[in-house]
Formats: sequence, structure tokens, C-alpha cells
Amino acid sequence: MLKLPENFQDYSEARQQGFIKLKELKERGKKVVGIFCTYTPTEMVLAAGAVPVGLCGMSDEPIPAAEKFLPKNLCPLIKSSYGFAVSDTCPYFYFSDMILAETTCDGKKKMYEMMNELKYTHVMQLPPGRSGSTALHSWYDEMLRLKEVLEQQLETVITEDDLRNAIRLKNRERKATLDFFEIGRLKPSPVSGYEISTIMDSNSFIFDTEEKIAILEERTAQLKKDYQENFAGKPSRPRILITGCPSGGVRDKIIRQIEELGADMVAFENCSGPRAQKDLVAEDKDPYLALAEKYLRINCSVMSPNPERIEALGEMLDEYSVDGVIEIILQACHTFAIESYRVRKFVTEEKGLPYMALETDYSQTDTGQINTRISAFLEIID
Amino acid sequence: MNFIGIDIGSTAAKTIVFDGTRIISSFILPTGWSSKETAGQIRTHLRTAGFDVDSDDTRTIATGYGRISVEYADKILTEISCHGKGGSALLAGDGVIIDVGGQDTKIITVENGVAVRFLMNDKCSAGTGKFIEIMANRMGVDINELFALAQKGNPITISSMCTVFAESEVISQIGAGKSREDITAGIVESVVSRVALLASRHEKPDKYFLTGGLSLNPYFAKRLSQKLGQAVYTCEMGQYAGALGAALLAAEKLQ
Ligand code: SF4
Ligand code: SF4
Repeated sequence: MLKLPENFQDYSEARQQGFIKLKELKERGKKVVGIFCTYTPTEMVLAAGAVPVGLCGMSDEPIPAAEKFLPKNLCPLIKSSYGFAVSDTCPYFYFSDMILAETTCDGKKKMYEMMNELKYTHVMQLPPGRSGSTALHSWYDEMLRLKEVLEQQLETVITEDDLRNAIRLKNRERKATLDFFEIGRLKPSPVSGYEISTIMDSNSFIFDTEEKIAILEERTAQLKKDYQENFAGKPSRPRILITGCPSGGVRDKIIRQIEELGADMVAFENCSGPRAQKDLVAEDKDPYLALAEKYLRINCSVMSPNPERIEALGEMLDEYSVDGVIEIILQACHTFAIESYRVRKFVTEEKGLPYMALETDYSQTDTGQINTRISAFLEIID
Repeated sequence: MNFIGIDIGSTAAKTIVFDGTRIISSFILPTGWSSKETAGQIRTHLRTAGFDVDSDDTRTIATGYGRISVEYADKILTEISCHGKGGSALLAGDGVIIDVGGQDTKIITVENGVAVRFLMNDKCSAGTGKFIEIMANRMGVDINELFALAQKGNPITISSMCTVFAESEVISQIGAGKSREDITAGIVESVVSRVALLASRHEKPDKYFLTGGLSLNPYFAKRLSQKLGQAVYTCEMGQYAGALGAALLAAEKLQ
């Protein structure tokens, strides 16, 4: 049973609606930058007067097209993203004036080299770790280089004022997003994790940041009221936290199932979750440095070492009163698959909570097995 | 009051009737192509034996891969909880239960009589009963003959992680004139290694307990225990662990 609002719009509806809006924006001369990852400093795109749009592949459909060029044994997110581009079936890719990407995991960065043959792709050189002596410096240089690239490609000028405004605007969006996520801390949770996950991914198709903020604030207020009126003091279902790889592509297969099988999905410790929202960009210093610092702090498994992820996870387990952790590992994602060793140890030994990893891809072939595992996990929590 | 546990696996459907103190009936039926039909057969079978699943005097829990097809069950639970419960009852205590089933292999750690952790093999059927079945077919023998042959052989190495490729490896070994004993020994060895590898991801317990269809085969249990470096217990009722667990849980939860 899912608690969805009456006017709930699923991801594919939101994605479709976005097409028309984006087309209008393009016709009015707006520039569009396609992005894939939480490491992308979207403030720079906004400061360049362009709109960022997420192109992260969440569907199974374009994978066969991608497998003509990419190895089969590759993360479905990478195959799906490339498949949309190469088969020319994603209007957002089509409308993008350029692609902005980063050297995150090996699969992605090598895929971007191929994507560059389809459309100009600027790949920022993200350092492989935060602790290296040159990490911050080189990432800062990458910010400066990005300014030049955007100015050239989009035929514009980025002023420091524009950038400061964009930083303030995005910080406000982060706060609104975080407040929305934190509804999940209420017990029993008045919101479906399916809705949280859908809104976060669909938000990428709303091109006006002010509008995004307004939508989030409105929904948060509604949910708070709903909690007071209908949930407070009632018993709670088991509370699950999702961690690991991006979960948008397995939203129906895993997130929906967890809730239908009797638990509440209350928190996401992955790249669409609060971890990146909590941490704002400093507003009182060199904006390029502030951006470099903030985006280097993101604790994705592509960073080595990455103890900050465990710290953030620990905080979330407490704040969201979590009863069990399910980690999503997309097939062939090495960084998360390896880091799951540490996550499992931390969750089970230090936090004393049940943990389960689900390795899966975007296909429907393992739905039965996934269901059995989730059911068994919930029976154990019970 | 009677408590019925039904475990519909991919190859066999096991049923146990428990009266609160003793097992008063047990039987196995092959799972046909439709688990719904199998569930119907079980109902008839039970009725003939004098148990009416619809009466107020019985409580039924269904488990296994066909569990949702048992429409007359009062509750459904996964194989994990049921095998954990049943296995620990048979084992008379805590430990790690290794269930090598037709479709998947499960490793279940039981503490204080309940399943607390589990692992299942991924999508692939290597390391499951299915793998042995497919290979036995390929060799033109039944499963018991395959084990009998294997005991006399010196295992060849089968390196493929995937049943489909492993099958072609076996075919090429047959072509290369390797003896049937050595090939079958290699087949058993490959399943044993895979199961042991999966089991090694859970902490080593005081006792391992092998359940599921393959538990009936002493040679398999022996090889597994050599691989794990620890005793692996089996018992005649091993195949019924899931059904027994379901019946016991019915007695516990559905009084
Ligand atoms: S998981 Fe890491 S690399 Fe992948 S999109 Fe998220 S932040 Fe980027
Ligand atoms: S899920 Fe893993 S393999 Fe896939 S793109 Fe993200 S980091 Fe790379």
C-alpha cells in the first residue's frame, strides 16, 4: 500500500510534460546543458543563463541500442544514458546545446568519450579523492576552466554577480529540498518514499528554480499538516533506508515493492538524497573556490577513501529512526559493490541494524527474486 | 487444532501437518508446470488424509517459490523464515542452514531459533540443484546415478560461472574423451565450491545444516563439509525443513 497524493504525477508523466516546456524555452533562445551527476556544479550553468537538465538513464528501453557499442557487462545507468543518446530517443539530449560531465567512475568517463562523438561533451576532471594535496586546487582550476568552456560554447559571459546569485538560489533550493526530505524523519512517516524519489528525479524537468522551491515548500507544508492530523501517535511500519547506487531506475522494482510489502521507505542515502543538500555552498568567499569545496565534499563511492559516507549514513540512521538498511547495487558498479563491505559492517556491527544488498539491473527478469529477498528481509525485521 | 505447512519449491512441493506437538502427516508431490494446480492437488491430498484446509480447526502457512498460488493459505511467508525455523527445529538449535534448492541456494544464519541473516545466490543457477539437474540430463543419467559416478571420479575443473557456459565446457570434456566419473565429479565439485563460497560469507557457526533436495545425498554433504572444514549435518527430514518451519510458525503465530 502506497500513500500517494491524489494529484501524484509519476516520473514518466513529469518527464513528458518537461519536453514541451523545454521546447518552448529553446524557441525563446534559452540554452540547455545536459548533465548526469551530483558532482555537476549547476550554479555555473545557471550563471551562464542556461538551464541544466538531468539526462541520467533510468529506463531499460534504450539499453539494447547501447549494447551495440558498449560492453554488456556494464552498469545499466551508463548503458541507459548512452542508449538514449545514441538512439536519439531522448528529447532532452536532443535539445541540449552541450553535455557537462565529470570523471567519476571508470564506466562513465569512458562512455563520455563516446558521447562526445554525438554531441559536444565537456568532462571536468574530478579528483579521485579529497585528501590528495592537489585535489582541491585542481578541482578549483576545473571550475575556472568550466567558466571559459561555458562562455565559449554558449556564447555568453559569466559575471561574478551572476554566479553569486545562482549560488544563493541553489542554496535556497537545497534548503527546501532538505526540508522535504526531512518529512521522512516523522514517525510514522506521512509520505511514501516512492513519492520522495519520484519528486526528486522529476524536479530535474522543472526549469525554473523558483518554481521548484515553491512546489517543494508547498508539499512539505501539506505533509506536516497531514502528519499532525492523521499520523501523529499512530503505530509505524518498519522504517527502511536506501543506500548505494542511484535508485531512479529501480524505483518500481525495489522502492515500490518495499512499500507494497509492508514497510516505509523513509530515507535515501544516495546521490539523490539529503546528503548533498545538507551541505551548502559558502556564500561569503570566492565563488569558484566555494563551489570547488562544496562539490569535492560530496561523498559518493567514486571517492577514495570515502569515510564521510559512513559518517553521513550513521547520522541518517539515527535521525530517521531507521529499522533496516537496503543497499542497491547496480550490476557491474564496482565502487558501490566494493564499498558495500564497509557499509554492511558499519550497519550491522556498529549500528546493530539488519542490512541487505540487492544487486540488480534495470530489467524485469529478477522481480520474483527481488520480492522474495525484500519479503524475507522485512520478516526478519518484524 | 492442526497446523499445515506447505512449501512449493520449483521441483517438489512439500507438506507437513503438525498438531501442536507432533508431525502427524507429511508428503511430497512433484511441482508441475503450474503451482496453482499443485496447490489444488495438495488440498485434495490433505482432504483424503482427513484434513480440511478450509475448516476453522486448521491454520495454513504457505512458503516457497509457489507460495502465492496457495490461495487457501492463512498466511504466506518466505522460504527464509520457514527454512530458518524448520531447519533450527531439525538441528535442535542455532547454526547456519544451507539450503540447496531446485531454483536457488540460501544461506541462513539462525540465532535463538529465528533467521537473522540470509544470502541467496544471484540470478544464475550455477550452485543450485538446477545446475546438477541440467548436467545430469546432459550426461544421460539421473541425479542419483550422477552422484554414484562422481564418487569414483577425480574431478575435472569446470571454471565457468554460468550454467550455459559450464554446459558447453562439459560437452567439450565429453568430446575430449574424459571419463564420465571425472566429469560428474567435476560437476559436483563445482556446485560444492559455489555453495561453500556463498556460505563462507556468513560467520562460521558451530553447526552447518544442509536442507533441501540435495541434503538426501550423503556424498554431497560429505564434500561440502570437507570444503567448509566443518561438520555438515543432514537428516532424513531435511527436504521438509521449509514445510516444517511453515507449520511451526503457523502454530506460533496463528493460534
Ligand atoms: S552515484 Fe556518484 S557518480 Fe553516480 S551520479 Fe551519483 S554522485 Fe554521480
Ligand atoms: S552506479 Fe556505479 S557504475 Fe553506475 S554510473 Fe554510478 S558509480 Fe558508475
